Amino acid sequence: MEVLKMITIGIDIGAKNIKVVILKDNKIIAKSNVLAGFEVTKSAQEAIDKALKKVGLTKKDLDKTISTGTGEKLAPFYDDTKSIVGCDSLAAVFLHPQTRTVIDVGAEEGRGMRCDETGKILDFEVNEKCAAGAGAFTEAMSRALEVPLEEFGALSLKATEEIPMNAQCTVFAESEVVTMVHNKVSKANMAKAVHDAMASRISSMVRKIGFNKDVALVGGVAKNVGFVDSLNKDLGLELFVPKDPEYVGALGAALAAAGWKGGK
Amino acid sequence: MEQEQKYPTEKLKCWNGAKEIRMKYYKDYAEAHDKGGLRWAGGAWTFDAIPAGLGDDVFPITSEPYGATIAFDKELSIECMEAAEKEGYPRDLCSYMRNYWGSIIIDKYPFGYNDKKEFVPRFEGAKALGFPKPDFIWQDHICCSHAKWYQVVSDLEGGIPMFTVDNAVGPSHELTDSKIKYVVEQLKDGIKFLEKVTGRDYDDELLYKAIRNHFISTSKWAEICALNKAVPAPLDEKSIYSLYVLGTLQKAGEQVADFYEKNLLPEVKQRVKKGIAAIPNERYRVMSDTQPPWSFLSIFRYLEKFGCVSVGSLYTFGLIGQWEVKKDGTWGPKTIPEIEFSSRDQALYEYVKYELHKPEWQHFYSCHLKSDMMIRIAKEWKLNGVMLHYNRGCEGLTVGIAENRLALLEAGYPVMAFEGNNADEREFDEARTKAKINAFMETLGAK
Repeated sequence: MEVLKMITIGIDIGAKNIKVVILKDNKIIAKSNVLAGFEVTKSAQEAIDKALKKVGLTKKDLDKTISTGTGEKLAPFYDDTKSIVGCDSLAAVFLHPQTRTVIDVGAEEGRGMRCDETGKILDFEVNEKCAAGAGAFTEAMSRALEVPLEEFGALSLKATEEIPMNAQCTVFAESEVVTMVHNKVSKANMAKAVHDAMASRISSMVRKIGFNKDVALVGGVAKNVGFVDSLNKDLGLELFVPKDPEYVGALGAALAAAGWKGGK
Repeated sequence: MEQEQKYPTEKLKCWNGAKEIRMKYYKDYAEAHDKGGLRWAGGAWTFDAIPAGLGDDVFPITSEPYGATIAFDKELSIECMEAAEKEGYPRDLCSYMRNYWGSIIIDKYPFGYNDKKEFVPRFEGAKALGFPKPDFIWQDHICCSHAKWYQVVSDLEGGIPMFTVDNAVGPSHELTDSKIKYVVEQLKDGIKFLEKVTGRDYDDELLYKAIRNHFISTSKWAEICALNKAVPAPLDEKSIYSLYVLGTLQKAGEQVADFYEKNLLPEVKQRVKKGIAAIPNERYRVMSDTQPPWSFLSIFRYLEKFGCVSVGSLYTFGLIGQWEVKKDGTWGPKTIPEIEFSSRDQALYEYVKYELHKPEWQHFYSCHLKSDMMIRIAKEWKLNGVMLHYNRGCEGLTVGIAENRLALLEAGYPVMAFEGNNADEREFDEARTKAKINAFMETLGAK
């Protein structure tokens, strides 16, 4: 791999969180994550300041900044923008060079992409206009079941039954959950039903672009072990889930800023 | 992003001429009764040479362009959509149709007169006229919405005489004499119906003239589109939308045939000869598919930032254009039949035989026929990729589009699919679509 000689920063402005990664000599030296809130630019500045402070750097030390994510243009400063699917692919190949398919499930939307050995996207698909394939879905369902989001994934691993959830929409899914509650279905089984339904939606999207055995799962929802389990089973493989999957987009932006490409 | 100006560019000289034809069309329809003429309504695909035999003072309004015209007037479109929904028509129906019905329900025409008594669009300051009720409906039926569309129009207007032709006789490569005659016989019945409901005598000479105009409009439009194989492309798709629409308004009309043959075609030929480009920084070429989201044509301008031009689509090429495979194996304009018409039967037979080859009718029978045509365009028009509109507003043209995507990918063309609606702006997300375009441009290497 090419050794990076510069300090770059990647800013991923997502629907819910802003993630920042600072890269130096092929290594992540700092990262930060703050809630986007309503004043996104201000929050992004806060995230950048937080990351810079950790390593005692200032804006002047940065050679290049790339912004990505749904709010990429809201970054307080940037030299360029790059699509989130492009950033995800690049970072996934950086972290796991065999990766040729990447699934990113964030708060707002799910994305699937195929890439080459350099991390360049070959094809991509986005699950849009539907929360049922995104993190917002698990949040809504964990609220409905009165289970903290952090425990929701682990809870579903304790399920004893597979209960199909037919809903294609968060609103209708919630009403299905209500029916399950009335039928005295255990919370663990309901949590699994939610993750299976979401995995089914995401896998259907990924099947549109096609996938091989080296699939990386990134984005905040990759931290949900229940969802990962459901998606592994649905796709019939073992997904590569990097450490800190929510930072992958920002890492890709920082890598792009450094001109990094895989396959070298 | 590449901003290099590689090619000379200039505006189309006949642009204003096209606009004038369109405005005159809607004005003629609105004012028909003032001059003792007749108004008729029907689809853009209908056999519009037939009502032409009733006289030169019989003016049409075609449904799909009318729905698109309303869509472009966002404020009016929302008003129409909401009015249709209030009447109980659901949101998943054809969005052109809902605009059209809404326009009747709220009794607003998207045109009218301004303070200077000029006939202009409502959004240019005109006080909207009421919807001008047609005297009869002349429709055909291949799309699942088309016949029902006018049944509701008739109901909403308290009854309008209606004739619908079933032209769903199968793909053109399976066309037989009996299938052609099946449609011809319906047209003959239709002529009798028109005579009865209008009280007018039918003039076959006017019919022959209209069919000739039809041949010219559709063949010359294809020739114009074929010129866009040139690099740089002389036309971009956003402009093509404003030009192809004339054919959807009145392809059997002399003014449209003349415009395509005598104005636009020579000018586009000149542009190719002189290397005049639609966009000066052309580096990448794509095509789209189905109707665009009419309220957001700016996405086509957005492509230009990346040096990318959308050179057209099967939709714009094949909705009006008639094509044939030339000796060298490439697609070119359909040869205009050199036949002197001597009888109604003979003229109708030639008309139907010619028209049933319309490319945009073929994929109602099989999405694979559409894939084949799209791959042909991708090759011959030298495309780098394809943008597919998963159009929730038109199930007729969108059904099978996911199969088209797979076929294009298999043929080696990168594809970006985006969701939207041709005429219901509530179902289009501009920011997300632009984000997708950004990613797609990265895929193509344009960014």
